[in-house]
Amino acid sequence: MHGRPRKAPVPEDEAASAAKAEKLRALQSQVLSNHRHKIYTEEALELSTRLVEINPECYTAWNYRKLAFEHNLTRSDSNPNSVKSILEEELRVVEIALRQNFKSYSAWHHRKWVLSKRHSSIEKELWLLEKFQSADPRNFHAWSYRRFIAALMDRSDVDELEYTQNLIDKNISNYSAWHNRSVLLSNLMKKNVEGFTEKDEVLTKEYELVREALFTDEDDQSGWFYHLWLLDQTVKAKSPLLVSSWPAHGSDLILFQDRCLDASSSPFNIFQFDSGTFPLILYFSQAVEGVNSSTVNVEYGSNLNQGLVWKPLSTYKSRAAQAWITQLSFPNADLHSLEAYPVEITVGHCQGIISSSGFHYSQSSHFVFTVRVQPVKKELKEGSGVEKISWTDENFYLCEPHFVESNLVAWFHQLCLKNEHEPVANAWQVKIIEEEMKHFCMLSDCKIGKLTLARLLTAYDALMSSGKLVHSQEILGLYIDLMKLDPPHYQYYKNEHSVVLLQQVMSSRESLLSRCFHYRDLTSSSRGYPMCLRLNKLSLSRIGSFAKLLWVQMLDLSHNELQSIEGLEALQLLIHLSLSENKLSSFTALEPLRQLKSLKSLDISYNEIGARSIDTTRYLCSSPLSNSIGNEWEQDRILVDGVSMTNYWEAFFVLKGLNLTQLDVVGNAIADENFTLFLVRVLPTLKWLDGVQLNLF
Amino acid sequence: MNEPPLYPPIDPTTFDLIVVGTGLPESVIAAAASASGKSVLHIDQNNFYGSHFASLTIPQLTSFLNANSTSLPPPSSSNTVTSSDDFSVENLTTRPLYSDVEISSFSNQLLEENSNKFYLDLSGPRVLFCADRSIDFLIKSGASQYVEFKSIDASFLGDENGKLWNVPDSRAAIFKDKSLSLMEKNRLMRFFKLVQGQLAASSGGDRVNENKEEEQESESPGISEEDLERPFVEFMTKMKLPSKIKSIILYAIAMADFDQDNKEECKDLLKTKDGIARLALYQSSVGRLTNALGAFIYPIYGQGEMPPAFCRRAAVKGCVYVLRMQVIALLMDKSSGMYKGIRLASGQDIFSQKLVLNPSLTVLSASSSPLDSFHERFHFLCLRDVKQKVARGICIIRSSLKPDVSNFLVVYPPRSLYPEQITSIRALQLGGNLAVCPPGMFVLYVSALCDDAHEGKKLLNAAMNALLTCPDSVNPESISTDQIENSGPKSTLLWRALYIQELTMGHFDSISSTPMPSGNLDHNDILDSAMKLYQKMYPNEEFFPDTTSPENCEQDDELSLET
Repeated sequence: MHGRPRKAPVPEDEAASAAKAEKLRALQSQVLSNHRHKIYTEEALELSTRLVEINPECYTAWNYRKLAFEHNLTRSDSNPNSVKSILEEELRVVEIALRQNFKSYSAWHHRKWVLSKRHSSIEKELWLLEKFQSADPRNFHAWSYRRFIAALMDRSDVDELEYTQNLIDKNISNYSAWHNRSVLLSNLMKKNVEGFTEKDEVLTKEYELVREALFTDEDDQSGWFYHLWLLDQTVKAKSPLLVSSWPAHGSDLILFQDRCLDASSSPFNIFQFDSGTFPLILYFSQAVEGVNSSTVNVEYGSNLNQGLVWKPLSTYKSRAAQAWITQLSFPNADLHSLEAYPVEITVGHCQGIISSSGFHYSQSSHFVFTVRVQPVKKELKEGSGVEKISWTDENFYLCEPHFVESNLVAWFHQLCLKNEHEPVANAWQVKIIEEEMKHFCMLSDCKIGKLTLARLLTAYDALMSSGKLVHSQEILGLYIDLMKLDPPHYQYYKNEHSVVLLQQVMSSRESLLSRCFHYRDLTSSSRGYPMCLRLNKLSLSRIGSFAKLLWVQMLDLSHNELQSIEGLEALQLLIHLSLSENKLSSFTALEPLRQLKSLKSLDISYNEIGARSIDTTRYLCSSPLSNSIGNEWEQDRILVDGVSMTNYWEAFFVLKGLNLTQLDVVGNAIADENFTLFLVRVLPTLKWLDGVQLNLF
Repeated sequence: MNEPPLYPPIDPTTFDLIVVGTGLPESVIAAAASASGKSVLHIDQNNFYGSHFASLTIPQLTSFLNANSTSLPPPSSSNTVTSSDDFSVENLTTRPLYSDVEISSFSNQLLEENSNKFYLDLSGPRVLFCADRSIDFLIKSGASQYVEFKSIDASFLGDENGKLWNVPDSRAAIFKDKSLSLMEKNRLMRFFKLVQGQLAASSGGDRVNENKEEEQESESPGISEEDLERPFVEFMTKMKLPSKIKSIILYAIAMADFDQDNKEECKDLLKTKDGIARLALYQSSVGRLTNALGAFIYPIYGQGEMPPAFCRRAAVKGCVYVLRMQVIALLMDKSSGMYKGIRLASGQDIFSQKLVLNPSLTVLSASSSPLDSFHERFHFLCLRDVKQKVARGICIIRSSLKPDVSNFLVVYPPRSLYPEQITSIRALQLGGNLAVCPPGMFVLYVSALCDDAHEGKKLLNAAMNALLTCPDSVNPESISTDQIENSGPKSTLLWRALYIQELTMGHFDSISSTPMPSGNLDHNDILDSAMKLYQKMYPNEEFFPDTTSPENCEQDDELSLET
């Protein structure tokens, strides 16, 4: 039950429980022995009855009873009276057990099992439920049993909905009732039951109901959870959508084989073309499965699909991902031709792409880009050495607006194209969200009111989908207030704040422009580097907006508060990455890097890696490494100079497949002599470690 | 006056305490004194228990009100001054405490058949809060085993159109309320929580709530000392409560009698701390008893069941009971002027150390009195200081005022019915399931504080007009047609009694006097004054000592071991 204090046991209780345990042990061994010898006599059954009456959680006893039940039933199948009495006896025993402990999983399960075998009177079950639910209206066992019984006796969802209403009227904190309501309403709407066909009307009514509860007691969580569910029902597009791609629609991709950059080329559409292939990346609105050569049609030159292999970009061991990648090889052997080849991609022309929540990609989308090769200028010697990247401010020069502007305009245009594929937000969705915003402005003096308002504003901006985030400043303000108001949940608000902040940066040309830099190292001024996006010093704790970052090859995330880089695996073009001066506390948190095969230089200096003996990110990150590490780790093979490397298995796991030429780990607790030895061993391509050139031999 | 019945003489003739009258305070005192081992004689001149707190049939009520509303002829001279050698004798008489009694019957036949099937409260409307002190006393004294209660199903705020609005007195009620706006709900609930937090913080030492307290303390700073001393209505304004909510809290929950917004006329301006205490009483009442729906309960067979329950407890502890026995005089020590005993109508003299008299008994202010000091000292027995009156009305009606509820309370806040209405009017409808009337009929009690009978009657009539249709004569002109049309189902009046009762306070001395039923809805003030009287009489005795159950013993032992 709820809100009842636990009492300290008095000596008498302890003695009593010891006596009970003694009795229980004797009983249990008798029942187990009967179980072993398959004795199903009345006396044997009686023993098991006594056992489950005392301890309803003894599931072996229940299993024994199941066997006995079936045994006795087959023996007396001909006689309806004895069948009935066996059935009733079994239900009676469960009832007694439930009286002893009405939260016993085993007992409830047994009752379901008996009833699913045969049932005579279901009315009795409803009566019993009434008893249990009035004793504790929030007993979720009873609620789940209620759903079972309602289905068994074909009780209408409308009646059950009415029942939840009654219980909510009695106590608005009845989370189980709210939850059951969401289950029932989902069913009713799915089945298009009369009165539940218009989703907007149903939701509007529910919003009104939960609003009464929220305004009555804003400190109660049940209503807020229900509100969150409603909001989800209102704004969530069920079908997955293609959000962005690289190369983007309408872009002219330029492949080049050396590092010379034509100053006039677009920073968003250049790619160094070493291996004869270039990537094609699709980014969906939610994680999807089933992206393959039959669901995605790629047409370029004379080639069609060519048996392309699509790979999900996900740290999960699942087949679903938001970002998918394949490698296209250049259509023609004649790499010196200046001809631009068109590439046409059609996604979802036939069924097969399906979201992890089970919805199909419904609207086929189509996009086109062209690709050509930059002629090779053989002025530089091959392999003249890899330059060290130095992430200091003086090496970065803000892109001249006139240089990027024209490209940016085009790029923004391309990004916005996706909206044509998206269904226009329904008027009712906007209306509902506006109505809710109006109401929760009034509750914005309490923390949950602020949070809901922030969520509503975010949902509103997403619905309007014009790319303009009208409310982002307001949302940021709300999260800043919340961080002050509710320190225990600081990190959550901080993360939300970071995501919105990043959206804001990425949403306008001006703000993006102010973050685009050229890297020009004084020592290698002739070298061409890709444009660097500097998202440093934003105090980000989390990153997002990956759909708009697919083009980035050089990314500066230093001087933030990142604890995780989840999602970064989508940025497949990344060559240079700085994560210096963050709050990354382990290599586990760097797991997305495993998928960034183009990465050459990585700066993770001045983080907290190795500072804590317990890796908290393992609980923060969605995929604990401990589960995914496989045979790659062969401890004895990387024993260096007799030093055990056991401490570095996480680092090994993340860095092993990368071809890094530069790595900065200084300023982490983990960095010491042994670690250096380990890194040199694990990363044979490494040229620069912590700014020091490694002697190869 | 009837001839006093022939009684065998009372034996013994000396007691620790004599209590005259079996009203609630007298009965509680008798029970408490008996429980702590005093020898007690408890007498009442009526043939029923309860005195001014009794529940009576229609004929009983009629004759009681009539008898107590007119001054009795002075007792025959043979009884008056009978000096004895050792004592001076002060003659006692009954003082009329009721006036302007108006009893009208509108359906003689129906009532004649049933007139003895009613238990009408003299002191109505009256209920008990579930978290009331009277409940504690009932349990502590053991009197609870003689009374059974049922829940009052709802309470409403009435308006001049006869509409009844639910009182949003709990979270569930606020949630379901259709008349409050979202922000009103929010403000009201926040205020409730503020009060609960304040209470939790002030009732320290409660182990169970310790964590809760800390949370609340860290979240809200609580209510400042300064705020606690200022008027409740101002504090609520400071907390930005809309006037509608203020009115609900003040009059339907804190049960304030006078217009709190009008400081000049208001005779009971609530301080914040008192308002919070009342709110707390109400809130802790809701949900305290599992089978009570709201904050109130009512004894089956009427409020008159309460005094006899205490009397039975007293009798169990050895208290001697004599009904239908009048006390005609006080016996005072000639030399010291101290109280010595009483003279009964039977002529017997009984002696005791202490005496408690019910408020109707008063000393004949005969000029021949030998001891002026007596009148000086016990002047309260001669001249009762009546500051305030309460107008009470009892209606018997044919059908419930609300079709779906039978037992409920209605409050009309000051100025809700007419501009000059300076006090709250409270009405209580009770149905047959409380056994106070035959099934199918309902009893409606109405009361309001007033300064004079005219004002009192006006208050009662206003509420009755708003609630029910009177079949004739009673201000028919005041009921306009559109009022009837707009006001939902109105009930037919079968019988009605209106009367004005004087409010007297308790007094303590070697002769103590108990108070009359107050104008309040509950018994708390009456029990408080009874407890105070008792404690003054017996400063070293506990008021209903805890009956030590085995459990308590163990706990006490544990505690003493720890320290």
